[in-house]
Amino acid sequence: MGQKEETTRHEDHLDGSSWGRRDFMKVCTMAAAAMGLPSWAAEKMAETAAGPKKPSVVWLHFQECTGCTESLLRTSHPDVANLILDLISLDYCETLFAAAGYQAEDVLKDIMAKNAGKYVLIVEGAIPTKDNGIFCKIAGKTAVDMVNEVASKAGAIIAIGSCASWGGIPSADPNPTGAQGAPQVLKGKTVVTLPGCPANPYNLLGVVLQYATFGSLPALDDKARPLFAYTRVIHEDCPRRPHFDAGRFVGKFGDEGHKLGYCLYKTGCKGPVTHANCSLLPFGEVPGAWPIGIGHPCVGCTEQAVGFRIPISTTVEISHATPPDTYAPMHAEHSNIGPAAAGLAGLVGGALIGAGLMASKKIGEGAKEKEE
Amino acid sequence: MSAHTKPQPLGGPLWTPAFKILAAIFGVSVLLIIWRFVAGLGATTGLSDGYPWGIWIAFDVVTGTALGCGGYAMAFLVYIFNKGDYHPLMRPAVLTSALGYTMAALAINIDVGRTPYIYKIPVFVSWWNLNSVLLEVALCVMAYVAILWLELSPAFFETWEEEGSHPALKKIAGVLHPIVKKLMVPILAVGVLLPSMHQTSLGALMLLAGQKVHGLWQTPFAPLLFLISCVAMGYGVVAMESTLATSLFRRPRETKLLARMAVVPAWIVVVYLVIRTGDIIVHGRLGLAFQLNIQAFMFWVEMVLFTGGAAMLFSPKFRETAKGQFQASMAVVLAGTVYRMDTYLVAYNPGKNWAYFPAVPELLITVGVVALEIMAYLYIVKRYPILGGAAVAPKVRGAE
Amino acid sequence: MTVDRRTLLKGMAVAGAAAALGPALEPAPEAREKRVPPPDAMGMLYDATLCIGCKTCMVACQDANGLPRDTRSSDGLYDAPDDLNAKCKNIIKLFKDGDRTSFMKAQCMHCVDPACINACMMGALKKREHGIVTWEGERCTGCRYCGIACAYGVPKYEWEKAWPRVIKCEMCSQRIAKGQQPACCEVCPRKAVIFGKYTDLLAEAKGRLAADPGKYEPKVFGVTDGGGTQVLYLSKAGISFQDLGLPDLGETPVPDMQQTIQHSLYQGFVAPVALFAVFGAVIWRNKKASGGDGEVKP
Repeated sequence: MGQKEETTRHEDHLDGSSWGRRDFMKVCTMAAAAMGLPSWAAEKMAETAAGPKKPSVVWLHFQECTGCTESLLRTSHPDVANLILDLISLDYCETLFAAAGYQAEDVLKDIMAKNAGKYVLIVEGAIPTKDNGIFCKIAGKTAVDMVNEVASKAGAIIAIGSCASWGGIPSADPNPTGAQGAPQVLKGKTVVTLPGCPANPYNLLGVVLQYATFGSLPALDDKARPLFAYTRVIHEDCPRRPHFDAGRFVGKFGDEGHKLGYCLYKTGCKGPVTHANCSLLPFGEVPGAWPIGIGHPCVGCTEQAVGFRIPISTTVEISHATPPDTYAPMHAEHSNIGPAAAGLAGLVGGALIGAGLMASKKIGEGAKEKEE
Repeated sequence: MSAHTKPQPLGGPLWTPAFKILAAIFGVSVLLIIWRFVAGLGATTGLSDGYPWGIWIAFDVVTGTALGCGGYAMAFLVYIFNKGDYHPLMRPAVLTSALGYTMAALAINIDVGRTPYIYKIPVFVSWWNLNSVLLEVALCVMAYVAILWLELSPAFFETWEEEGSHPALKKIAGVLHPIVKKLMVPILAVGVLLPSMHQTSLGALMLLAGQKVHGLWQTPFAPLLFLISCVAMGYGVVAMESTLATSLFRRPRETKLLARMAVVPAWIVVVYLVIRTGDIIVHGRLGLAFQLNIQAFMFWVEMVLFTGGAAMLFSPKFRETAKGQFQASMAVVLAGTVYRMDTYLVAYNPGKNWAYFPAVPELLITVGVVALEIMAYLYIVKRYPILGGAAVAPKVRGAE
Repeated sequence: MTVDRRTLLKGMAVAGAAAALGPALEPAPEAREKRVPPPDAMGMLYDATLCIGCKTCMVACQDANGLPRDTRSSDGLYDAPDDLNAKCKNIIKLFKDGDRTSFMKAQCMHCVDPACINACMMGALKKREHGIVTWEGERCTGCRYCGIACAYGVPKYEWEKAWPRVIKCEMCSQRIAKGQQPACCEVCPRKAVIFGKYTDLLAEAKGRLAADPGKYEPKVFGVTDGGGTQVLYLSKAGISFQDLGLPDLGETPVPDMQQTIQHSLYQGFVAPVALFAVFGAVIWRNKKASGGDGEVKP
């Protein structure tokens, strides 16, 4: 494609912004690459995002820390302004909205009416269901009602973060509010889940752009997680993996191994059972800016059965163990003898010989008495 | 033969303090045996892939059956060489043999990993691997256990036939006693044949281990050496049992009888030593005996025990006193025991960095099995006519 | 003890019968016929000069045979067996002596005349199709005599289990039946271990030796060793097969000594029957001679 023509088109939309085509393509390429799509898909995504009809996104916040939004805002490519203005059309978002009150609610009604069946609903945070969901209300409506209403006309639904995916931290025992994830509340609807605490913003971007570009959703696993991001466990692509294979471990925080960046398995790292692409796609494009990167064991935040359930220091079983980088010797050491057994054997043997000698002595005494 | 009174039950109380201690030891081993079947061999024994056989085979089975060769050795003397004078020693010898072999069979059942399949050995004839020496041992031992109890069965039938015994037992004795009586010749002949076969085979078993067995023990003569030494051990055990039983139960001694018999094992040991050392010297393996290792040391222990035992048996000083007989016999029995333990454990070397030592439960199970054997002996000699030679000592009678 | 003439004669009669046991004294070496690999024999050839120690064969073996992971030596972390065992039928070992290093692949040798099948009471271990030694659980009592017998230390036992099995390489006979290769040979990236007809492999091994004599130890292990094996080995020059943990068995099959003796003793079951007859006759005579009620009392 002619570069000149393209540049002109972009500049029309970017309207004097410092964000150039290179940056724009980079983000789209990254999103496409994360999903394993070919380079032409990245270009098509870029075209869609750059076109007049950017994907319309409604972002609802419920029981959460807003960490997923925060991490999305901290992506450096694209930066916040470009992201919400140029890549997607973030039409409703309680955190980033300039509007407030009735004005804000009107916008939501407006989108639902105009873009019915086309907009993307992103749910962040768990939804309280106990006591008719009174624990979380926005504009007089409970979270349950709100999510059901907005979802009813959405083209695609994405649950971002572990809270929205299954309940996350709010649902941790004893779960006082009956917090549930979006898939549990929106039964019967396809809800793409992007668990993570927070979720990697590029994974979100990839799903949104694919939907906007191709009208389809990426392939999902049995927990509705996109396969492009959640197929492999962290352990498989971990930068510290060579240390694991060589048997070099952090024994405790701050020890020599910790300073040298050894494997964190023994400090309770959940990498071997946690499906996520954290090690492959750095958060906000800052290399090493993730738990294992900074010397903390993975807590397994993307796994309902692991994150916020198994204590951080508890080690997990490794299902796909491979041999370390060592070899069996020609004659492995197999000789281990318990001292207790040796002692007992000595005792038994000694007792037998002793009994024999005692008996012979006794026989000697008795012999004097009478002989046949 | 008629000079001796018929064998009689000893009578007397069964639950003596010693019997209670034995019962307690056996009780412990029963728990351990259950554990062994629940948790497997790895958890309860010191066995490993390097040493698949431990004391349950080397001691309980291989040595245990050799210690149970009293009946075999005496049968040779009494029935083949027709030395009727020794007849009073026969029943106690058969009893110790029956018990020894039964305990060995019990040990095999504990040792084998897939015990429920043992029944297949005598049943699935078409599966038999006739090249397997172990199959020969297994079948022979199974058959011989039955033969030994048949040989001993008249002792039970005689008691059951008496007035006042349970009618069912009386009936059983009435039917079976005449049959056993009629068949006694073939039973006795098989009883001499079977040990000749499997004691040889026990020596042949380790030939298959080839180089893994130390040169001082690995020899084509091992089958012959095992056969010869088991006969010597058999006589030794009979003498030990007799001296021990007479002194323990305060019965008249059989010292003169035993003194006359003592030269038999003595000469057998001499034959054994000639073959053993001759083989080693002729095959140029004597150097192995002068190395500084456990194998050479144990070889000399064997040699000293065998020669010492034989010398004591030849010496009138030892031979003619009960104490001397006991000590000399003990030396021979110990020598044969060490020879067997050496062949199966000390001389066996599966390669570098393997070691075996019995685990505590393994040892305790062996101890428990021996305790059961002694308990069975005490029960049977007190209730059934085994020990003969003279009237029961009045002291024991009084205790009844 | 006085020995009279009659006793002596009787003793000689017994000794005569016992002479049937005579062959035990010095077994004739030719008593047992020499075994050769069956016509359909398949085998493996491991060339230590080609092996890079990647252990792909170990992983493939575990998967193909559904073996559990052996994580004992690694605190429950790795599948890292330190030797052949009930969880590992195939292992790459490292020989290291200063500058002399070599990898070694250990698994069942599938002997031409295996000691283990001579040991096995009920034929649980047998040379079955293609001369492959396989184990049949229905026939196994778990006596472990195979472990005593094997010169290579191959048959392993599930010590941890209440119902243990014998575990050994069966050359992936289940795969061969489907027309596939043993897993280890299929995945080897360097063709350091190859699968094929025994005769082809033997020719291949000899060809490699002849083509580059300086590269190899001047011998193919397994042609005659211990009576021959269906798995053949080539070693790097300067590294003996004993360095690689293979025993120096000579050319005599391991079971020869025992089998020769045993076969001589039990040839046609003549000796036991003869002994029985003699014993029976002697006891019968003694019984009659003793007079009285003529009863033999035990």
